[in-house]
Amino acid sequence: MAEMVNVYLFGKKYEVPSDLTIMEAMEYAGYKLVRGCGCRNGFCGACATVYRVKGDRELKAALACSTKVEDNMYVATLPFFPLIKEPYDIEKVRPDEKIMMQLYPEIYSCVGCNACTKACSQGLNVMQYIAHAQRGEYAKCAELSFDCVMCGICSSRCPAGISHPQVAMLARRLNGKYIAPESKHLTERVKEIQDGLCSEAIEAIMAKPVSELKELYNHRDIEK
Amino acid sequence: MIFTEEMLASMKKVEAARENNIALEPRRMTAEEKDALLSQYHPDYRQDGFQTIQVGPNKGEKAPVELIAMLEGRSRTLDMDIDLNKIDYEADVLIIGAGGAGTSAAIEADEAGAKVLVVTKLRMGDANTMMAEGGIQAADKPGDSPAQHYLDVMGGGHYVNRPELVKKLVMDGPIAIQWLNNLGVEFDKAEDGTMITTHGGGTSRKRMHAAADYSGAEIMRTLRDEVLNRNIPVVDFTAAIELILDDEGKAAGAVLQNMETGEIKIARAKTVVIATGGAGRMHYQGFPTSNHYGATADGLVLAYRAGAKLLYQDTLQYHPTGVAFPKQIYGALVTEKVRSMGAKLINSEGEVFMHPLETRDVAAASIIRECSTNGKGVPTPAGKAVWLDTPMIDRIHGKGMLEKRLPAMLRMYLKFGIDMRETPILVYPTLHYQNGGIEITVDGMSGVKNLFVAGEAVGGIHGRNRLMGNSLLDVIVFGRNAGQQAGKAAKNTQIGKLSLEHVKKYQAELEKAGIKDQLPSPKLLPDYTRKF
Repeated sequence: MAEMVNVYLFGKKYEVPSDLTIMEAMEYAGYKLVRGCGCRNGFCGACATVYRVKGDRELKAALACSTKVEDNMYVATLPFFPLIKEPYDIEKVRPDEKIMMQLYPEIYSCVGCNACTKACSQGLNVMQYIAHAQRGEYAKCAELSFDCVMCGICSSRCPAGISHPQVAMLARRLNGKYIAPESKHLTERVKEIQDGLCSEAIEAIMAKPVSELKELYNHRDIEK
Repeated sequence: MIFTEEMLASMKKVEAARENNIALEPRRMTAEEKDALLSQYHPDYRQDGFQTIQVGPNKGEKAPVELIAMLEGRSRTLDMDIDLNKIDYEADVLIIGAGGAGTSAAIEADEAGAKVLVVTKLRMGDANTMMAEGGIQAADKPGDSPAQHYLDVMGGGHYVNRPELVKKLVMDGPIAIQWLNNLGVEFDKAEDGTMITTHGGGTSRKRMHAAADYSGAEIMRTLRDEVLNRNIPVVDFTAAIELILDDEGKAAGAVLQNMETGEIKIARAKTVVIATGGAGRMHYQGFPTSNHYGATADGLVLAYRAGAKLLYQDTLQYHPTGVAFPKQIYGALVTEKVRSMGAKLINSEGEVFMHPLETRDVAAASIIRECSTNGKGVPTPAGKAVWLDTPMIDRIHGKGMLEKRLPAMLRMYLKFGIDMRETPILVYPTLHYQNGGIEITVDGMSGVKNLFVAGEAVGGIHGRNRLMGNSLLDVIVFGRNAGQQAGKAAKNTQIGKLSLEHVKKYQAELEKAGIKDQLPSPKLLPDYTRKF
């Protein structure tokens, strides 16, 4: 049995085993979670959490599902943050500077405080990817922001009111659709399928009895 | 150091054997060896994990005991006063679930001009799609073909897959990749645009497309963004607790319940799409799971009570490499891509005991054998486990490659003080995927008219074992298909008088069969309160 530590959930003190995550500690304490709990493994951003350890001035941010409790930890979860999401038509936008100015002009009000970067639960260089977005460098913005889980902690700390995850989302889609090179083999294969060039082979293999399929499968060559 | 003495002693053997183990090309098992292994060690063959279904379309067939409890559970609507004349939401197409399949369906139904309503019991994107790490298959490279993909799917699924569904999966595969690419999904590509693809367990060609090891997250957030761009209404934190049929027996809506306030709302729709996903949080046979918080098989229960037939509901996928240590991430997924990139499975003695890219059922059974009968598991607080020798990856591909291709895995372990570039990790099978589900025809419709199903809630596409990367593909292909077909069907549908009579009838059958002590059903969320 692990030793017990004190955690303060929304200010109220609970004694919990020290080997739990913040999320598990809440459940151990008796919470039945509906909000603030999604994938439970660091991919969905549902469990954004801010905390401060007694005696430490720094306000820290993390995902509750993937952070261990500490003694004298004061925890507040942030299961929802009102990010601004501007709608756009992906077929009509283009990867130029204009689109960011139109949809997210507040990024140009960044004061360079770097609070977003310090708060990122994924350890990303948030302020830098916003700088790339300001300059229309969407490939770079996409690369730096790629691991974002859109938890919104960065935006909660931003004095300029920037919705960083949504800015990055737009940059990634622009990059994926317009900037990244075309996959010619994909274009060709789709055309072959649509022209019916793959139909005969699929019909032929579907017509085979299971015994013959097994033979084919058990002796198929496997690409090195 | 968080590792125990025993772990460290075994780890030394793994390190000592690493150079030799990298060079080793382990033999693949024969068909006979695989069959014998599965029947002895795969959890699907454990009799005490299953019972016989007593009521409904699959009466007499087996299902996991935890699923049976829900199929034999009590509808939450029976103890409520529900007025079907008071309609809160009207739509052409009602989509239940907002993961990869539900959002794909929503986009296509919207594209077809239908009025769409999406309901989801948590948030849009709280789904197993978000957590898919390794990649998505599609036969789009020279030297590969949909027919070759078909062969891999059928062999992996033990030849009981529905051929028409598999055909659609593989033929629409490249089209699905192109669709995602055109929506802006960032696939890993070489400078000339060639997709960077790898093997998965049981593939004969390198056709695993990826977006680092955030493949599902990248797809899911893009689909979510597109749903928002289209202004499709999404009612979140609202569960469907029962399907509504009309007096002709057609699906015509759902009873909805606010997960926070308990408030009941009625949705009427010309067609309904079930995209409720998997069942990992049912914890079949006590296994931990890699699934998201809401994976409780709700759609299966709702559809079954409405008269839809299930298929292969008795076969589950245990992902061979769930986290066995540390405790805080016990059961979490270690993507198969770790093995695709060359890391091998190693026992406590430092020996490679199998080819790392056997199909998932075979790999899981082999690990269970190593940890039980063979006595070569590494002791951990949660039980025995085997090593996955992750430092092999940078040794094979060069320093920095693990970080580039597996950033999520690296981050997950670093948060708990383990650097998987330097030390191997401990793994054991985790409940990962519901191979079976609701039976559909190739138009996506279940046995109930106008009730469509897509994604993990479907049974038959993957037979009795799914291959890596075919689930992300399936949610896109069959999600889009369901949206298109449901949108089309809605155009020619007149809704009759709404009814919940089927629920009362089903309850009467349960009572007639002598079933007592019913639990509220569907489950909606697992109960972890005061459990850790």
